[in-house]
Amino acid sequence: MRTTKELTGKATKFTKKSKRSSRWFLTPSFLGVFIFFVLPFFVVIYYSMVNNPIAHEFVFLDNFAKVARNGAFQRAVRNTAVFSAISVPLAVVLSLLLAVVLNQRLPFHSQFRTAFLSPMMVPVASIVLIWQVLFHYNGAVNDLIVNLGGDKIDWLKSDKAIFVIVILFLWKNLGYNMIMFMAALGNLPTDLIEVAELESANKWQIFVHIKLRYMSSTILFVTIMSLISSFKVFREVYLLTEDHPVENIYLLQHFMNNMFGNLDYQKLSSAAIYMSLAMIVIIGVLFAIENHFGKDVEE
Amino acid sequence: MNTPSKYDPLKARKKRRKIIHGINISICVIIAAMFAIMFLTPIILTVTNSFMGASEISSNYGSVFARSEKGGRVFISEKVNLKFIPDMVSGSQYLTVLFKSPDYLFKFWNSVILVVPIVGFQLFVALLAAYGFTRYRGRIREIIFFGYIILTLMPYQVTLVPNFLVSNWLGIIDTRWAIWLPGIFSPFAVYLLTKNMRKIPSSFIEAAKIDGAGEWQIFSKICAPLCKGALCSVAILIFIDYWNMVEQPIILLSDEALHPLSVFLSKINSGEIGLAFAVATIYMIPSLLIFLYGEDYLVEGITFQSGIKG
Repeated sequence: MRTTKELTGKATKFTKKSKRSSRWFLTPSFLGVFIFFVLPFFVVIYYSMVNNPIAHEFVFLDNFAKVARNGAFQRAVRNTAVFSAISVPLAVVLSLLLAVVLNQRLPFHSQFRTAFLSPMMVPVASIVLIWQVLFHYNGAVNDLIVNLGGDKIDWLKSDKAIFVIVILFLWKNLGYNMIMFMAALGNLPTDLIEVAELESANKWQIFVHIKLRYMSSTILFVTIMSLISSFKVFREVYLLTEDHPVENIYLLQHFMNNMFGNLDYQKLSSAAIYMSLAMIVIIGVLFAIENHFGKDVEE
Repeated sequence: MNTPSKYDPLKARKKRRKIIHGINISICVIIAAMFAIMFLTPIILTVTNSFMGASEISSNYGSVFARSEKGGRVFISEKVNLKFIPDMVSGSQYLTVLFKSPDYLFKFWNSVILVVPIVGFQLFVALLAAYGFTRYRGRIREIIFFGYIILTLMPYQVTLVPNFLVSNWLGIIDTRWAIWLPGIFSPFAVYLLTKNMRKIPSSFIEAAKIDGAGEWQIFSKICAPLCKGALCSVAILIFIDYWNMVEQPIILLSDEALHPLSVFLSKINSGEIGLAFAVATIYMIPSLLIFLYGEDYLVEGITFQSGIKG
């Protein structure tokens, strides 16, 4: 008979051995990430604090102040923030609506799902042409507006451009969010809902107090993911308008592109660090709230 | 007291419920159908318009794509005629793209050659790393894993600057390596694969160990095959991301000859708009095929992502 001491001793030996040997599996990925992301990021921090890459004079926060005062940077930040503020709530609410609708055991359920997901798979470049046809000054949307008795709007070349981008963003991202909500709806505690039904709670009450309550962490997660993908909307803007966007869709990535073009390492680095700080705050909020809710709603 | 009445309240309530339920369902179907039409219209329009002849395209959409004041008179209608079905179905656009103007095929090939190695090697590197994160969970490894998650969530505004610097030092800027290497080592796949691999019961691994399997055998014979589903999901997600790439090539590849079709399509000049829809359709085909074949994997992958808390 073995004693427990022997057993645990053997177990630690096992894990120690696996620790050593499995380290090699981690190495390629770790080295790659270190060389291409982590190490240069420290250089980015260094660049953000020197006056230029040749003299290397230490100026601490001067670059950050310069970038913060830069008009183009301010505009880019403002536009990005406005875009996110409009598109993220819409993306969350509409995709929740779609998920709830699809969850009703509709006829053609899976066909609808395919339809909602397909925009995600279509490369933006392929779809931009039709978007230009639809939203051109003489385009199809304006045709419709005129027929309904409205005035023509120059969608892509006025401050309305942001709405076109919002629509394109929603078109592309709703399906993705919807799938996450559908997964959450499928995991709801059915016994709790049955009890509530027995207690003659109406559908709305069940939806608000049980379903939404139990989905709160998913809602938060979808919000954060939408926020992150709203930072990536540059792709759509670039393909629709190339290098010359209207003023109110000049986004952060446009600013970065210009800085890449001028090889202005100081501004690039400072802007990247601003952005990463903002991301760390956003991710921190994600984890903090998730911890809070995770304790509250036991799954 | 017990007189049988024709009016049975229970039955009536049931009936009313059924009607309300029916109304609910039909409202839902209408909403879903509206969204489905909105979602599908742009895709369908692109495909159907690709079967128009070049002259029909320029007469319908010429005013959209004509870059004004370029000199030369172009006779096109001011108004845009959006059409679902072309007046004359013709494959002439496709013929031109495939046989007469090889530029587009080169760009398509650029896309393929940029994306395929990234998908393959990122999966391989990430699968190895996932095994490393699964087999041993010490403090340091958990910290590294957390770092991977944060890095995955960072947008291009942050990650492209380090990528650019390294590519510059290594002298690989303006070559395909500048896209390949950061893509291959991107931590995106690691997170999903690790979470999937950690669900494999440890008794499987212990049993293999007792039978005398080494680490590599455990990895290649047990853990990797059990992650097949997750590998498909992640492969699809990586593929869409890179098939769609715009930011990396315009910053890291100044040589336009190397640009993928995703960037080149928007630069199509007005003389060739007749081809644009056909090229756009051709560019959609690979991702749509993957979608039709792997929709369930895609859904699984997205669902899996939503539990990021670990």
